[in-house]
Amino acid sequence: MNTSDSDEDAYNERTALVQSESPVVPSYRPDPGPGPAEESKGAGISRRSRPGVDGGESDQEVDAEEEELPLKYGAKHVIMLFIPVTLCMVVVVATIKSVSFYSEKTNQQLIYTPFTEDTQNVGRRLLNSVLNTIIMISVIVVMTILLVVLYKYRCYRFIHGWLILSSLMLLFWFSFMYLGEVFKTYNVAVDYPTVAMIIWNFGAVGMICIHWKGPLQLQQAYLILISALMALVFIKYLPEWSAWVILGAISIYDLVAVLSPKGPLRMLVETAQERNEPIFPALIYSSAMMWTVGMASSTDAQRSETDEEAEQNDRRAEPRSQQPRAVSEDELEEERGVKLGLGDFIFYSVLVGKAAATGGDWNTTIACFVAILIGLCLTLLLLAIFKKALPALPISITFGLIFYFSTDFLVQPFMDNLANHQFYI
Amino acid sequence: MTAAVFFGCTFIAFGPAIALFLFTIAREPLRVIFLIAGAFFWLVSLLLASLVWFISVQISNKDSASQQKGLLIFGVVLSVLLQETFRFAYYKLLKKANEGLLALSQEETMPISIRQLAYVSGLGFGFMSGAFSVVNILADSVGPGTVGIHGDSQHYFLSSAFMTMAIILLHMFWGVVFFDACEKQRWWALAAVVTSHLVVSCLTFQNPEYVASLVPTYIILFLMGVWAFYTAGGSLRNLKLCLTCKDKDFLLANHRPR
Repeated sequence: MNTSDSDEDAYNERTALVQSESPVVPSYRPDPGPGPAEESKGAGISRRSRPGVDGGESDQEVDAEEEELPLKYGAKHVIMLFIPVTLCMVVVVATIKSVSFYSEKTNQQLIYTPFTEDTQNVGRRLLNSVLNTIIMISVIVVMTILLVVLYKYRCYRFIHGWLILSSLMLLFWFSFMYLGEVFKTYNVAVDYPTVAMIIWNFGAVGMICIHWKGPLQLQQAYLILISALMALVFIKYLPEWSAWVILGAISIYDLVAVLSPKGPLRMLVETAQERNEPIFPALIYSSAMMWTVGMASSTDAQRSETDEEAEQNDRRAEPRSQQPRAVSEDELEEERGVKLGLGDFIFYSVLVGKAAATGGDWNTTIACFVAILIGLCLTLLLLAIFKKALPALPISITFGLIFYFSTDFLVQPFMDNLANHQFYI
Repeated sequence: MTAAVFFGCTFIAFGPAIALFLFTIAREPLRVIFLIAGAFFWLVSLLLASLVWFISVQISNKDSASQQKGLLIFGVVLSVLLQETFRFAYYKLLKKANEGLLALSQEETMPISIRQLAYVSGLGFGFMSGAFSVVNILADSVGPGTVGIHGDSQHYFLSSAFMTMAIILLHMFWGVVFFDACEKQRWWALAAVVTSHLVVSCLTFQNPEYVASLVPTYIILFLMGVWAFYTAGGSLRNLKLCLTCKDKDFLLANHRPR
């Protein structure tokens, strides 16, 4: 990309097609609450937060000329979200394919999906899955409204306590279970004190990184890991057909909750915008520096930006290292990047994980993966055009579901037959 | 046997493609996006072809093996034609998108040239085609056992891997030539690309006689490679300059001493 003469230092503003402003409010969805004690496997908490991809509003630092740029985000931000989504899906698929625990059928179900799918009758099974979905979605709606009400009446301590409790559960209990299953799969004998130390360190650092401060990449890694853990729990405990119906229903709910004027998530976003506060870090994945203390991440980002500028202006031989560095530090403070809620990660991974779990076929998994990425790309394109909080689930999940079912029923037999004869297309 | 076959075949099949991706595409976000979009277009074309094949199988006589084979051949030909159609559709979409991006971004030049798009989209098609052809086979090769007990060829895995590598690289070359043909309105070049794709697919009907299918495929690969090289602006002079590290433009761009 060639930039105009005066702007070689302003990679963000000009060459990225558009400026990156601080996203003030990402929309999000809270979890439906701490796991009930009756749940023996403790899968009650869903860290389903935010189904919203949000850009932000302009800061005061942004001058009027940059506001005229019609697109808000460039390709760089799309890639900044592709990578974590891909990583989360890779973790989930790798676990599903190697640790059989998460794809075994179990008679235990979540308390949110009480109807069993063990019946032979197709109609009855369909009815049960629809009922399960209705219950699950109502729980989510009630919890969302509860969270919005709490936020509106400024009960911050209650919300923080709720979030801390649920992340404690994920970071300690679920990761302990996961570690146990991995050890069982690979037949590794590990003593309890070692496990206690591993889990304690993992969990404590995770709590600090997510709820307080920490290096950005560590925080991102922890958020990816807890999304993957939550997705694995869903894959294990949601019955087959219910999972697919729930995925469909939740993308419709996402669409309604974020876009309709009285939707709870939209109200949450607007309230946060009025108060000029960011939403809690524990529920949102942020792709750029926001809550970091050290400048480690910014220097890395500086270096990479300098390289990109150097590549783009290939005619200039003079050293470019000094000039951009002083300026980009300031711009990095402004560059917030795109935010994506953890619920999006979870449901994308549930879809791909379910595709990997059912049947030994990799084509379906790859097809769902590509479909979800394209859906995310389209969502970000819409976000860049419309510049307000958008639901990230509908497009991706729709594409994912279409490709899952069509690949499973149509493409799979065709490719199998081709592979039998070793025909290539 | 198993892990060795798995890793060997994976690297044979995807090695060149992954190297190309890492060195030329991974650092540029826009190229990555267009790569994935290309993969998506290939997937949609496969979906349509499978749909037609599936319907035709359902209405046919399932017991007759020859009829099923005939339908499969029909499916292959249809799939190839649909892939090329979708390549053309992707070209049209990219032209429109490029104009739109240019208008929106208020830049003087396009962020990505049509030649880069041709390369990237061809590689996207290739990746997806290769993945769908060979990933299941690779997954099976990890498990215990091997092929060939009932008289089938023992070289199943190896030949699949080589064929996949050829197909991925061919898709890339086809992309470059195809887009250039569309840009310059050279319809004979377009027809040549479609024909060569059909020829390569039809050559695989001779499997498991691997000599008859792989050797011509590699000849076609080499020829298409040379054609794509010249289409993309390469020449013997460029090649010599590049290999002896005397290409001034390239050196300047990478801040190396001449």
